[in-house]
Amino acid sequence: MAMHFSVELLLFIFAGSLLAGSIGALVGLGGGILLVPLLTLVFGLPIHYAIGTSIIAVIATSSGSAAAYVRDRMTNLRVGLFLEVATTIGAVSGAFLAGLLVPTSLFVIFGVILLISTVPLLFKLGEELPAHVQNDRWADRLHLSGSYPDRYLGKEVSYQVTRTPQGLIMMYVAGVISGLLGIGSGVFKVIAMDTIMRLPLKVSTTTSNFMIGVTAAASAGIYFARGAIPPLIAAPVALGVLAGAFIGSHLLMRLSNRALRLIFLPIMTLLAIQMVLRGVGITI
Amino acid sequence: MMEQHHSQSLLKTSTFQPASRYRKTPPEKPRKLSQSKDRTALMIGWILRGGVIVSAVITLLGLVLLPFRSGGLADLGLDTFPHTLGAVWVGLLGLHPTAVIELGLLLLIATPVVTVATSALAFAIERDRRFVAIALLVLAILLTSFLLGKNG
Repeated sequence: MAMHFSVELLLFIFAGSLLAGSIGALVGLGGGILLVPLLTLVFGLPIHYAIGTSIIAVIATSSGSAAAYVRDRMTNLRVGLFLEVATTIGAVSGAFLAGLLVPTSLFVIFGVILLISTVPLLFKLGEELPAHVQNDRWADRLHLSGSYPDRYLGKEVSYQVTRTPQGLIMMYVAGVISGLLGIGSGVFKVIAMDTIMRLPLKVSTTTSNFMIGVTAAASAGIYFARGAIPPLIAAPVALGVLAGAFIGSHLLMRLSNRALRLIFLPIMTLLAIQMVLRGVGITI
Repeated sequence: MMEQHHSQSLLKTSTFQPASRYRKTPPEKPRKLSQSKDRTALMIGWILRGGVIVSAVITLLGLVLLPFRSGGLADLGLDTFPHTLGAVWVGLLGLHPTAVIELGLLLLIATPVVTVATSALAFAIERDRRFVAIALLVLAILLTSFLLGKNG
Protein backbone atom coordinates (compact mmCIF):
# COMPACT_ATOMS: atom_id res chain seq x y z
CA MET A 1 0.00 0.00 0.00
CA ALA A 2 1.78 3.09 -1.17
CA MET A 3 0.09 6.20 0.02
CA HIS A 4 1.96 9.39 -0.60
CA PHE A 5 2.56 11.33 2.53
CA SER A 6 2.94 15.01 2.29
CA VAL A 7 2.52 17.92 4.62
CA GLU A 8 -0.66 18.82 2.67
CA LEU A 9 -2.19 15.39 3.28
CA LEU A 10 -1.43 15.59 6.99
CA LEU A 11 -2.98 19.06 7.15
CA PHE A 12 -6.12 17.89 5.31
CA ILE A 13 -6.56 15.02 7.75
CA PHE A 14 -5.94 17.42 10.63
CA ALA A 15 -8.64 19.80 9.35
CA GLY A 16 -11.22 17.02 8.87
CA SER A 17 -10.46 15.73 12.36
CA LEU A 18 -10.83 19.22 13.79
CA LEU A 19 -14.40 19.32 12.47
CA ALA A 20 -15.17 15.77 13.64
CA GLY A 21 -13.79 16.52 17.10
CA SER A 22 -15.75 19.71 17.60
CA ILE A 23 -19.06 18.14 16.53
CA GLY A 24 -18.33 15.01 18.57
CA ALA A 25 -17.62 17.11 21.66
CA LEU A 26 -20.99 18.85 21.26
CA VAL A 27 -23.25 15.85 20.76
CA GLY A 28 -21.46 13.25 22.88
CA LEU A 29 -20.33 10.95 20.08
CA GLY A 30 -16.91 9.96 18.86
CA GLY A 31 -15.96 11.44 15.53
CA GLY A 32 -16.31 8.05 13.80
CA ILE A 33 -19.42 8.92 11.76
CA LEU A 34 -17.59 11.69 9.96
CA LEU A 35 -14.09 10.35 10.15
CA VAL A 36 -14.46 6.83 8.75
CA PRO A 37 -16.08 8.02 5.48
CA LEU A 38 -13.52 10.81 5.22
CA LEU A 39 -10.59 8.43 5.62
CA THR A 40 -11.94 5.68 3.35
CA LEU A 41 -13.67 7.70 0.62
CA VAL A 42 -11.52 10.82 0.42
CA PHE A 43 -8.11 9.49 1.35
CA GLY A 44 -8.60 5.88 0.22
CA LEU A 45 -7.50 4.35 3.50
CA PRO A 46 -8.29 0.60 3.93
CA ILE A 47 -11.34 0.14 6.17
CA HIS A 48 -9.52 -1.70 9.00
CA TYR A 49 -7.07 1.20 9.34
CA ALA A 50 -9.95 3.68 9.25
CA ILE A 51 -11.77 1.87 12.08
CA GLY A 52 -8.58 1.60 14.18
CA THR A 53 -7.96 5.30 13.64
CA SER A 54 -11.53 6.20 14.54
CA ILE A 55 -11.09 4.42 17.90
CA ILE A 56 -8.25 6.88 18.57
CA ALA A 57 -10.58 9.69 17.50
CA VAL A 58 -13.24 8.53 19.98
CA ILE A 59 -10.76 8.55 22.86
CA ALA A 60 -9.38 11.95 21.79
CA THR A 61 -12.90 13.42 21.57
CA SER A 62 -13.78 11.95 24.94
CA SER A 63 -10.68 12.93 26.90
CA GLY A 64 -10.25 16.28 25.16
CA SER A 65 -13.79 17.43 25.85
CA ALA A 66 -14.21 15.73 29.23
CA ALA A 67 -11.13 17.61 30.47
CA ALA A 68 -13.22 20.80 30.19
CA TYR A 69 -16.63 19.31 31.03
CA VAL A 70 -15.53 17.57 34.21
CA ARG A 71 -13.75 20.67 35.47
CA ASP A 72 -16.79 22.86 34.77
CA ARG A 73 -19.11 20.32 36.46
CA MET A 74 -21.15 19.64 33.31
CA THR A 75 -20.49 15.90 33.45
CA ASN A 76 -22.34 13.77 35.98
CA LEU A 77 -19.45 11.52 37.01
CA ARG A 78 -21.59 9.33 39.26
CA VAL A 79 -24.15 8.63 36.54
CA GLY A 80 -21.33 8.07 34.02
CA LEU A 81 -19.38 5.61 36.14
CA PHE A 82 -22.47 3.74 37.30
CA LEU A 83 -23.79 3.28 33.76
CA GLU A 84 -20.30 2.43 32.49
CA VAL A 85 -20.57 -0.87 34.39
CA ALA A 86 -23.41 -1.92 32.06
CA THR A 87 -21.71 -0.56 28.93
CA THR A 88 -18.38 -2.30 29.51
CA ILE A 89 -20.07 -5.62 30.33
CA GLY A 90 -22.15 -5.12 27.18
CA ALA A 91 -19.03 -4.43 25.11
CA VAL A 92 -17.35 -7.62 26.31
CA SER A 93 -20.45 -9.74 25.65
CA GLY A 94 -20.88 -8.07 22.27
CA ALA A 95 -17.32 -8.99 21.31
CA PHE A 96 -18.13 -12.60 22.24
CA LEU A 97 -21.39 -12.62 20.26
CA ALA A 98 -19.56 -11.24 17.25
CA GLY A 99 -18.22 -14.71 16.59
CA LEU A 100 -21.69 -16.28 16.62
CA LEU A 101 -23.97 -13.82 14.88
CA VAL A 102 -24.06 -12.40 11.39
CA PRO A 103 -23.81 -8.69 12.00
CA THR A 104 -25.16 -7.40 8.67
CA SER A 105 -28.82 -7.87 9.65
CA LEU A 106 -28.05 -6.33 13.03
CA PHE A 107 -26.87 -3.12 11.36
CA VAL A 108 -30.33 -2.88 9.77
CA ILE A 109 -32.14 -3.68 13.03
CA PHE A 110 -30.22 -1.16 15.13
CA GLY A 111 -30.34 1.41 12.34
CA VAL A 112 -34.13 1.16 12.26
CA ILE A 113 -34.30 1.31 16.08
CA LEU A 114 -32.20 4.46 15.96
CA LEU A 115 -34.44 5.94 13.29
CA ILE A 116 -37.53 5.23 15.42
CA SER A 117 -35.79 6.79 18.44
CA THR A 118 -35.70 10.13 16.63
CA VAL A 119 -39.50 10.40 16.95
CA PRO A 120 -39.67 11.13 20.70
CA LEU A 121 -36.85 13.63 20.19
CA LEU A 122 -38.91 15.48 17.58
CA PHE A 123 -41.59 16.07 20.20
CA LYS A 124 -38.96 17.40 22.60
CA LEU A 125 -37.49 19.90 20.14
CA GLY A 126 -38.74 22.94 22.00
CA GLU A 127 -37.81 21.66 25.45
CA GLU A 128 -35.03 23.51 27.24
CA LEU A 129 -35.01 21.51 30.48
CA PRO A 130 -36.93 18.36 31.46
CA ALA A 131 -39.76 19.16 33.87
CA HIS A 132 -41.45 17.13 36.65
CA VAL A 133 -38.69 14.53 36.94
CA GLN A 134 -38.58 12.69 40.25
CA ASN A 135 -35.62 10.66 41.48
CA ASP A 136 -36.33 6.94 41.43
CA ARG A 137 -35.17 4.66 44.24
CA TRP A 138 -31.83 3.90 42.56
CA ALA A 139 -31.07 7.56 41.96
CA ASP A 140 -31.81 8.31 45.61
CA ARG A 141 -29.66 5.52 46.97
CA LEU A 142 -26.72 6.25 44.67
CA HIS A 143 -27.05 10.05 44.82
CA LEU A 144 -27.26 10.32 41.07
CA SER A 145 -29.09 13.63 40.89
CA GLY A 146 -26.98 16.74 40.61
CA SER A 147 -26.65 20.22 39.23
CA TYR A 148 -24.64 22.01 36.58
CA PRO A 149 -23.83 25.66 35.84
CA ASP A 150 -25.70 26.68 32.69
CA ARG A 151 -24.02 29.67 31.09
CA TYR A 152 -26.79 30.10 28.54
CA LEU A 153 -29.50 30.29 31.20
CA GLY A 154 -27.14 32.06 33.57
CA LYS A 155 -27.96 29.90 36.57
CA GLU A 156 -27.17 26.68 38.37
CA VAL A 157 -29.59 24.03 37.08
CA SER A 158 -30.38 21.14 39.39
CA TYR A 159 -31.95 18.00 38.05
CA GLN A 160 -33.22 14.61 39.17
CA VAL A 161 -32.79 11.20 37.60
CA THR A 162 -35.50 8.68 36.82
CA ARG A 163 -35.93 5.19 35.32
CA THR A 164 -32.37 4.16 36.24
CA PRO A 165 -32.88 0.39 35.63
CA GLN A 166 -34.23 1.02 32.12
CA GLY A 167 -31.29 3.36 31.45
CA LEU A 168 -28.93 0.65 32.66
CA ILE A 169 -30.47 -1.86 30.23
CA MET A 170 -30.15 0.62 27.36
CA MET A 171 -26.51 1.17 28.31
CA TYR A 172 -25.90 -2.57 28.20
CA VAL A 173 -27.44 -2.65 24.71
CA ALA A 174 -25.23 0.30 23.73
CA GLY A 175 -22.21 -1.67 24.90
CA VAL A 176 -23.30 -4.82 23.02
CA ILE A 177 -23.76 -2.81 19.84
CA SER A 178 -20.29 -1.27 20.07
CA GLY A 179 -18.69 -4.63 20.84
CA LEU A 180 -20.64 -6.42 18.13
CA LEU A 181 -20.62 -3.92 15.31
CA GLY A 182 -17.48 -1.98 16.14
CA ILE A 183 -19.27 1.33 15.99
CA GLY A 184 -19.42 4.04 18.59
CA SER A 185 -22.20 3.74 21.12
CA GLY A 186 -22.35 7.44 21.98
CA VAL A 187 -25.68 8.06 20.32
CA PHE A 188 -27.39 5.25 22.28
CA LYS A 189 -25.79 6.56 25.48
CA VAL A 190 -27.20 10.02 24.90
CA ILE A 191 -30.66 8.55 24.18
CA ALA A 192 -30.52 6.46 27.39
CA MET A 193 -29.73 9.52 29.51
CA ASP A 194 -31.84 12.08 27.65
CA THR A 195 -34.98 10.15 26.65
CA ILE A 196 -35.10 7.43 29.32
CA MET A 197 -33.48 8.90 32.42
CA ARG A 198 -34.57 12.45 31.59
CA LEU A 199 -31.29 14.23 32.31
CA PRO A 200 -30.81 17.68 30.75
CA LEU A 201 -29.41 17.29 27.22
CA LYS A 202 -26.12 19.03 27.99
CA VAL A 203 -25.55 16.72 30.94
CA SER A 204 -26.42 13.73 28.72
CA THR A 205 -23.99 14.61 25.93
CA THR A 206 -21.14 15.60 28.26
CA THR A 207 -21.60 12.48 30.40
CA SER A 208 -21.70 10.38 27.22
CA ASN A 209 -18.48 12.09 26.17
CA PHE A 210 -16.84 11.03 29.41
CA MET A 211 -18.09 7.45 28.96
CA ILE A 212 -17.24 6.78 25.29
CA GLY A 213 -13.52 7.15 25.99
CA VAL A 214 -13.65 4.50 28.70
CA THR A 215 -15.61 2.12 26.44
CA ALA A 216 -13.27 2.74 23.49
CA ALA A 217 -10.14 2.27 25.61
CA ALA A 218 -11.26 -1.31 26.25
CA SER A 219 -11.02 -2.16 22.55
CA ALA A 220 -8.21 0.25 21.61
CA GLY A 221 -5.60 -2.02 23.17
CA ILE A 222 -6.79 -4.85 20.92
CA TYR A 223 -6.69 -2.68 17.80
CA PHE A 224 -3.18 -1.52 18.71
CA ALA A 225 -1.92 -5.09 19.11
CA ARG A 226 -3.49 -6.04 15.76
CA GLY A 227 -1.54 -3.23 14.11
CA ALA A 228 -4.73 -1.47 13.04
CA ILE A 229 -3.65 1.97 14.24
CA PRO A 230 -1.30 3.48 11.63
CA PRO A 231 0.68 6.22 13.40
CA LEU A 232 1.07 8.51 10.39
CA ILE A 233 -2.72 8.76 9.99
CA ALA A 234 -3.65 8.49 13.66
CA ALA A 235 -1.26 11.28 14.72
CA PRO A 236 -2.88 14.12 12.71
CA VAL A 237 -6.30 12.65 13.59
CA ALA A 238 -5.55 12.62 17.33
CA LEU A 239 -4.16 16.17 17.28
CA GLY A 240 -6.98 17.49 15.08
CA VAL A 241 -9.70 15.86 17.15
CA LEU A 242 -8.17 17.10 20.41
CA ALA A 243 -8.09 20.67 19.09
CA GLY A 244 -11.65 20.26 17.79
CA ALA A 245 -12.87 18.84 21.11
CA PHE A 246 -11.38 21.87 22.85
CA ILE A 247 -13.34 24.21 20.56
CA GLY A 248 -16.55 22.15 20.77
CA SER A 249 -16.48 21.96 24.55
CA HIS A 250 -16.23 25.74 24.84
CA LEU A 251 -19.07 26.15 22.36
CA LEU A 252 -21.38 23.78 24.26
CA MET A 253 -21.25 25.84 27.45
CA ARG A 254 -22.75 28.79 25.60
CA LEU A 255 -25.39 26.86 23.64
CA SER A 256 -28.97 26.31 24.76
CA ASN A 257 -30.21 22.75 25.17
CA ARG A 258 -32.71 23.52 22.43
CA ALA A 259 -29.99 24.47 19.93
CA LEU A 260 -27.98 21.42 20.93
CA ARG A 261 -30.96 19.20 20.14
CA LEU A 262 -31.20 20.78 16.70
CA ILE A 263 -27.58 19.71 16.11
CA PHE A 264 -28.02 16.27 17.65
CA LEU A 265 -31.12 15.20 15.71
CA PRO A 266 -29.77 15.40 12.12
CA ILE A 267 -26.51 13.71 13.15
CA MET A 268 -28.48 10.92 14.81
CA THR A 269 -30.62 10.51 11.66
CA LEU A 270 -27.50 10.44 9.49
CA LEU A 271 -25.99 7.76 11.71
CA ALA A 272 -29.18 5.66 11.52
CA ILE A 273 -29.21 5.83 7.71
CA GLN A 274 -25.50 4.99 7.62
CA MET A 275 -26.14 1.90 9.75
CA VAL A 276 -29.03 0.66 7.60
CA LEU A 277 -26.94 1.17 4.47
CA ARG A 278 -24.05 -0.73 5.97
CA GLY A 279 -26.45 -3.59 6.71
CA VAL A 280 -27.36 -3.84 3.03
CA GLY A 281 -23.72 -3.79 2.04
CA ILE A 282 -23.02 -0.13 1.40
CA THR A 283 -20.25 1.18 3.60
CA ILE A 284 -20.02 4.92 3.76
CA MET B 1 -25.71 9.72 54.19
CA MET B 2 -28.55 11.73 55.72
CA GLU B 3 -26.32 14.76 55.87
CA GLN B 4 -25.42 14.35 52.23
CA HIS B 5 -29.05 14.21 51.27
CA HIS B 6 -29.74 17.39 53.09
CA SER B 7 -26.82 19.24 51.57
CA GLN B 8 -27.85 18.14 48.12
CA SER B 9 -31.24 19.71 48.45
CA LEU B 10 -29.50 22.96 49.43
CA LEU B 11 -27.97 23.03 45.97
CA LYS B 12 -31.31 23.88 44.45
CA THR B 13 -31.25 27.30 46.05
CA SER B 14 -27.65 28.07 45.17
CA THR B 15 -27.03 30.78 42.62
CA PHE B 16 -24.98 30.55 39.48
CA GLN B 17 -21.36 31.61 39.45
CA PRO B 18 -19.06 31.47 36.43
CA ALA B 19 -16.68 28.56 36.70
CA SER B 20 -13.54 30.69 36.73
CA ARG B 21 -14.75 32.76 39.65
CA TYR B 22 -15.99 29.68 41.40
CA ARG B 23 -12.53 28.24 41.65
CA LYS B 24 -10.89 31.32 43.07
CA THR B 25 -13.51 31.98 45.73
CA PRO B 26 -14.92 28.86 47.29
CA PRO B 27 -18.47 29.10 48.66
CA GLU B 28 -18.53 30.54 52.17
CA LYS B 29 -20.82 27.96 53.68
CA PRO B 30 -19.24 24.51 53.55
CA ARG B 31 -21.49 22.07 51.75
CA LYS B 32 -20.17 18.63 52.32
CA LEU B 33 -21.28 16.70 49.26
CA SER B 34 -20.95 19.47 46.73
CA GLN B 35 -17.47 20.30 48.00
CA SER B 36 -16.25 16.73 47.87
CA LYS B 37 -17.92 16.38 44.47
CA ASP B 38 -15.97 19.43 43.33
CA ARG B 39 -12.74 17.95 44.63
CA THR B 40 -13.38 14.70 42.77
CA ALA B 41 -14.18 16.62 39.58
CA LEU B 42 -11.03 18.70 40.01
CA MET B 43 -8.87 15.62 40.47
CA ILE B 44 -10.34 13.81 37.47
CA GLY B 45 -10.20 17.00 35.41
CA TRP B 46 -6.47 17.28 36.11
CA ILE B 47 -5.83 13.68 35.11
CA LEU B 48 -7.73 14.16 31.84
CA ARG B 49 -5.96 17.40 31.00
CA GLY B 50 -2.57 16.00 31.96
CA GLY B 51 -3.09 12.87 29.85
CA VAL B 52 -4.32 14.85 26.87
CA ILE B 53 -1.52 17.44 26.97
CA VAL B 54 1.32 14.94 27.48
CA SER B 55 0.07 12.60 24.73
CA ALA B 56 -0.53 15.50 22.32
CA VAL B 57 2.96 16.93 22.89
CA ILE B 58 4.63 13.54 22.36
CA THR B 59 2.54 12.80 19.24
CA LEU B 60 3.40 16.22 17.84
CA LEU B 61 7.07 15.65 18.61
CA GLY B 62 6.91 12.41 16.61
CA LEU B 63 5.42 14.28 13.64
CA VAL B 64 8.06 16.98 13.86
CA LEU B 65 10.78 14.33 13.85
CA LEU B 66 9.47 12.85 10.56
CA PRO B 67 11.30 15.13 8.10
CA PHE B 68 14.58 14.57 9.94
CA ARG B 69 14.52 10.83 9.42
CA SER B 70 16.69 9.52 6.61
CA GLY B 71 14.60 9.47 3.45
CA GLY B 72 12.15 12.13 4.62
CA LEU B 73 8.39 11.90 4.13
CA ALA B 74 8.30 10.58 0.60
CA ASP B 75 9.12 6.90 1.04
CA LEU B 76 7.15 6.33 4.24
CA GLY B 77 5.09 3.16 4.06
CA LEU B 78 1.70 2.96 5.72
CA ASP B 79 2.16 -0.60 6.84
CA THR B 80 5.48 -0.46 8.63
CA PHE B 81 5.19 0.67 12.20
CA PRO B 82 5.74 -0.88 15.63
CA HIS B 83 2.60 -2.37 17.18
CA THR B 84 3.88 -4.24 20.19
CA LEU B 85 5.08 -2.60 23.38
CA GLY B 86 8.53 -4.13 22.85
CA ALA B 87 8.82 -2.79 19.31
CA VAL B 88 7.72 0.68 20.42
CA TRP B 89 10.38 0.59 23.15
CA VAL B 90 13.13 -0.43 20.71
CA GLY B 91 11.99 2.31 18.30
CA LEU B 92 12.01 4.88 21.10
CA LEU B 93 15.64 4.10 21.94
CA GLY B 94 16.48 5.01 18.35
CA LEU B 95 14.15 8.04 18.52
CA HIS B 96 12.23 6.66 15.56
CA PRO B 97 9.34 9.04 14.67
CA THR B 98 6.65 6.33 14.34
CA ALA B 99 7.61 4.87 17.72
CA VAL B 100 7.42 8.33 19.32
CA ILE B 101 3.94 8.81 17.78
CA GLU B 102 2.80 5.38 18.99
CA LEU B 103 3.96 6.26 22.51
CA GLY B 104 1.81 9.40 22.35
CA LEU B 105 -1.17 7.39 21.11
CA LEU B 106 -0.68 4.73 23.80
CA LEU B 107 -0.70 7.43 26.47
CA LEU B 108 -3.93 8.75 24.94
CA ILE B 109 -5.47 5.26 25.12
CA ALA B 110 -4.34 4.92 28.75
CA THR B 111 -5.89 8.25 29.80
CA PRO B 112 -9.51 7.04 30.28
CA VAL B 113 -8.29 3.96 32.16
CA VAL B 114 -6.22 6.12 34.51
CA THR B 115 -9.27 8.37 34.90
CA VAL B 116 -11.39 5.47 36.16
CA ALA B 117 -8.61 4.42 38.55
CA THR B 118 -8.37 8.01 39.82
CA SER B 119 -12.09 8.21 40.40
CA ALA B 120 -11.88 5.06 42.54
CA LEU B 121 -9.24 6.84 44.60
CA ALA B 122 -11.29 10.05 44.77
CA PHE B 123 -14.37 8.17 45.98
CA ALA B 124 -12.21 6.40 48.56
CA ILE B 125 -11.14 9.79 49.91
CA GLU B 126 -14.82 10.75 50.03
CA ARG B 127 -15.47 7.46 51.87
CA ASP B 128 -18.14 6.61 49.33
CA ARG B 129 -17.69 2.85 49.46
CA ARG B 130 -20.42 2.07 46.97
CA PHE B 131 -18.79 4.17 44.27
CA VAL B 132 -15.30 2.88 45.05
CA ALA B 133 -16.75 -0.57 44.30
CA ILE B 134 -18.43 0.69 41.10
CA ALA B 135 -15.24 2.34 39.81
CA LEU B 136 -13.15 -0.75 40.65
CA LEU B 137 -15.71 -2.94 38.90
CA VAL B 138 -15.44 -0.84 35.72
CA LEU B 139 -11.65 -1.03 35.97
CA ALA B 140 -11.79 -4.82 36.41
CA ILE B 141 -14.04 -5.22 33.35
CA LEU B 142 -11.66 -3.01 31.33
CA LEU B 143 -8.65 -5.10 32.33
CA THR B 144 -10.60 -8.31 31.61
CA SER B 145 -11.40 -7.11 28.10
CA PHE B 146 -7.72 -6.26 27.56
CA LEU B 147 -6.77 -9.80 28.55
CA LEU B 148 -9.57 -11.38 26.51
CA GLY B 149 -8.45 -9.38 23.51
CA LYS B 150 -4.90 -10.61 23.85
CA ASN B 151 -5.96 -14.24 23.97
CA GLY B 152 -8.66 -14.00 21.33
